[in-house]
Amino acid sequence: MNPFSSETRLRDMIRAIRACKTAAEERAVVRKECASIRAAVSDNDNDYRHRNLAKLMFIHMLGYPTHFGQMECLKLIAAPGFPEKRIGYLGLMLLLDERQEVLMLVTNSLKQDLNHTNQYIVGLALCALGNISSAEMARDLAPEVERLLQFRDPNVRKKAALCSIRIIKKVPDLAENFVNPVASLLKEKHHGVLLTAIQLCADLCTVSEEALEYFRKKCTEGLVKVLKDAVNSPYAPEYDISGIADPFLQIKLLRILRILGHGDADASDLMNDVLAQVATKTESNKNAGNAILYECVETIMSIEDSGGLRVLAINILGRFLSNRDNNIRYVALNMLMRAISVDGQAVQRHRATIVECVKDSDASIRKRALELVYLLVNETNVKPLTKELIDYLEVSDQDFKGDLTAKICSIVEKLSPEKIWYIDRMLKVLCEAGNYVKDEVWHGLIVVITNATNLHGYTVRSLYRAIQTSGDQEAVVRVAVWCIGEYGDLLVNNTGMLDLEEPITVTENDAVDVIEAAIKRHTSDLSTRAMCLIALLKLSSRFPSCSQRIKDIVNQSKGSLLLELQQRSIEFDSIIEKHQNLRSALVERMPVLDEATYSGRRAGSLPAVDSTSQGNPLQMPNGIPKTAAAPLLDLLDLSADEPAPQSSSGPNFLQDLLGGDILSTASQSGTTHPQKSGTDVLLDLLSTGSPPAQNGSSTADILSISQDNNKTSVSALNSLSSPMVTSTQNSSASAIMDLLDGFGPSPAVPKDNGPAYPSLVAFESNSLSLVFNFSKQPGSPQITEIEATFTNKSSDNYKDFIFQAAVPKFLQLHLEPASGNTLPASGNGSITQKLRVTNNQHGKKSIIMRIRISYKSNNKDMLEEGQISNIPRDL
Amino acid sequence: IHFVLSISRQGKVRLTKWYSPYSQKERSKVIRELSGMILTRGPKLCNFVEWRGFKVVYKRYAGLYFCMCINQEDNELEILEIIQYFVETLNRYFGNVCELDLIFHFHKTYYILDEILIAGELQESSQNTVHRLIDAQDSLVEAAKEEENTVSYIIAQVAN
Repeated sequence: MNPFSSETRLRDMIRAIRACKTAAEERAVVRKECASIRAAVSDNDNDYRHRNLAKLMFIHMLGYPTHFGQMECLKLIAAPGFPEKRIGYLGLMLLLDERQEVLMLVTNSLKQDLNHTNQYIVGLALCALGNISSAEMARDLAPEVERLLQFRDPNVRKKAALCSIRIIKKVPDLAENFVNPVASLLKEKHHGVLLTAIQLCADLCTVSEEALEYFRKKCTEGLVKVLKDAVNSPYAPEYDISGIADPFLQIKLLRILRILGHGDADASDLMNDVLAQVATKTESNKNAGNAILYECVETIMSIEDSGGLRVLAINILGRFLSNRDNNIRYVALNMLMRAISVDGQAVQRHRATIVECVKDSDASIRKRALELVYLLVNETNVKPLTKELIDYLEVSDQDFKGDLTAKICSIVEKLSPEKIWYIDRMLKVLCEAGNYVKDEVWHGLIVVITNATNLHGYTVRSLYRAIQTSGDQEAVVRVAVWCIGEYGDLLVNNTGMLDLEEPITVTENDAVDVIEAAIKRHTSDLSTRAMCLIALLKLSSRFPSCSQRIKDIVNQSKGSLLLELQQRSIEFDSIIEKHQNLRSALVERMPVLDEATYSGRRAGSLPAVDSTSQGNPLQMPNGIPKTAAAPLLDLLDLSADEPAPQSSSGPNFLQDLLGGDILSTASQSGTTHPQKSGTDVLLDLLSTGSPPAQNGSSTADILSISQDNNKTSVSALNSLSSPMVTSTQNSSASAIMDLLDGFGPSPAVPKDNGPAYPSLVAFESNSLSLVFNFSKQPGSPQITEIEATFTNKSSDNYKDFIFQAAVPKFLQLHLEPASGNTLPASGNGSITQKLRVTNNQHGKKSIIMRIRISYKSNNKDMLEEGQISNIPRDL
Repeated sequence: IHFVLSISRQGKVRLTKWYSPYSQKERSKVIRELSGMILTRGPKLCNFVEWRGFKVVYKRYAGLYFCMCINQEDNELEILEIIQYFVETLNRYFGNVCELDLIFHFHKTYYILDEILIAGELQESSQNTVHRLIDAQDSLVEAAKEEENTVSYIIAQVAN
């Protein structure tokens, strides 16, 4: 015999390990044991195999690697005796899981053991199969298990039933084989069999609609009777738990009745009586009884309506909620959350108690209660509830503040009745827990502030006060710095005073003080400081008298080690110093941020993808970042000012932006009609993009693009929603026109009615010709629709054909995707491409454009350029 | 039930049983996370913690915490009752069970658990039945041992 092999017994090893004082000692002992076990494994030692495996399991439990023992399990399982098999199966279940390939090797042994004459060995095999079976094993061994459902001993039948649960979870299409055997098991008296059969039945119902129908028809009545017997049964010591006969069985019965009764009035009818009986008769002074009541309430809530029962259930929950036991209160909150959809009114009655639970000392209860409150809030109770929550914020635990603020903010955002209330509440939250709120929260607040034009003064003054008291909250500092930068003049002049405000006197220097304090605060992070610098730059123009002081503060950051800060301070310094004349225009107040876009963007946090450009020969104008993070307005701003060297930038930007939104909303709502939601978003965008006083801002620009070129945006839409267009061009176009009708000056008229214009050879060379066909929508004379047709005059096919055009500033051009990019030789086909031109000086100047056509002919890159100036003025 | 754990107050693992697949790495991570969460909770608080979208029901017996992980929609009170039932069964088997019993006879603990739960579902609601089955299997093992002893005894005698 091997001298190393397993001289220590299991007990001695455990003792030795427990005697270890340090982790290192323990490792040494384990290493030694593992070494001797490995030696025994390689010697194929039979005598101590089961002892070695037992040791390995213990070592495994301590967290050491034991993969080398896996084969030992298989050998033990393959041994003939019961003791070996018992330990072998235990090892198998502990050391392996269903994903290990070794498991496949055990299938055969399992099959033999499932057919063994000894029922305990059959039991072991069923247990192992039930706990770790993989899909393949389930498939292979399902017939054996199915047969064992009719085994003579009930203890094997119940194991087989649970094993079947695992099998149908792994391979749902095997479910139908089990339906009939289960139906007969449900008629048995043995509690173990009944218990397991009910669970199997429940699982069958979830995987197969047919099984559900079958059981609903055949078994509902029987199960109701079983439950009735269980409820009324006399004292049975074997199953008694604190005075209740087999609560486990009752719970399982209630659960299966819930599944059978859900959505079926007849089945629900059958169980009404017994549910009422359970709800009234069950003692609620012990956990077991409460477990039954809890299950019963849930069943009542999900089966088909029966008013009387619901009242009973809600009363039980009310009793639970006022219970002193935390467990019971927890489940009551949990249950109320589900009840809210059934009977919101009844749940509202418990509002006060629920709000108290938010303040509980138990984190689990607090969390549940908070979620429930969140569901309870509506327009009528939002103010008192929010007040309650914000008051609690002051005293709540540090680690609860994050959750709490997130929920408060979400409530305030969702249900705020007016802007001033929103701003007030948010300021309060930020003051209390500004370090716990997420960035979106204060971003959102700024968006709301900019939109509340009449509250700018009020807000900036409130923030000025807030930062004096809560200057340690990062979010307060940021919002305050931003607002003082933007609206510093309103702060100093006390402009836009509301009645409820107390006047305050703030000098220009005071305002700069706040920013200076913020930038110097050692806890301020990079983005706060960067925001401070921008605010300073803005203030330098608003407060000319402080200009020198501001310059000094900005200069202090010139030596910053953070590149961002250093760069900003140097650039801003030179703006203040050298570009006095530019400065005031440069630091104008931010245009109003678009709320709809903001929330749309936030909802679908997907980056905006430019996949909607659809092969357009479109290049982004130079230097404009195409990042999704760049604010919408920046993009629009630039695109509006751009002299449009690359044609069509405005509309295409619009298209891109919309494209991004469409993608995100579509993926968010999971709808199968992306084009529909897309147009909704557009509608939102456009309709909310018309704020009242908007002179000269870039939002107005974008708006004017879409107003002037009503058709342009329609076409953008068309190309976006191309799946729709292909089928019903006309109807979809007019549908969208309808949508846009709200602001567009032009009525939606079918385009056939437009006057006809002669076609024109716009460009001709040796190798190709280009013909323009014109059409116009009546009522919008400045818009011209051009259909360009390209024909190949040479004898070679052209590939990678791309047409580009550029127009002067008074024109706006939108290019639609071309019909193709290959142009067959000698006029055997053509490419068409639609262009839309908007002439802002219609009637004064005629349309002109420069064109560039590139293609590959004989694999050689060709380029042709030209100018089109022969378009008649009336177009 | 996704898994059953038993952790001592010092954070030592005394029993683990996984009914849903978790890799070895995930297992130790789960144990670490949960013992951090559960062992720090005060005595009067409720027996449920929410964790990764699941619920963990735990109950403390002397220095030992028994935990079971369930889905959001399962009945927490029932699980509490199952834990109680398991512990009572252990108590009856070992006779006033203590942590040491579970350490030195960990395999027996597992055998008992296997008679109560399979595939994460309850299989028997009668303690008597569980005991009868465990006793029957134990005596099978004893019988096999005795037989082995006599045979090896004979062989040894012959060899001498």
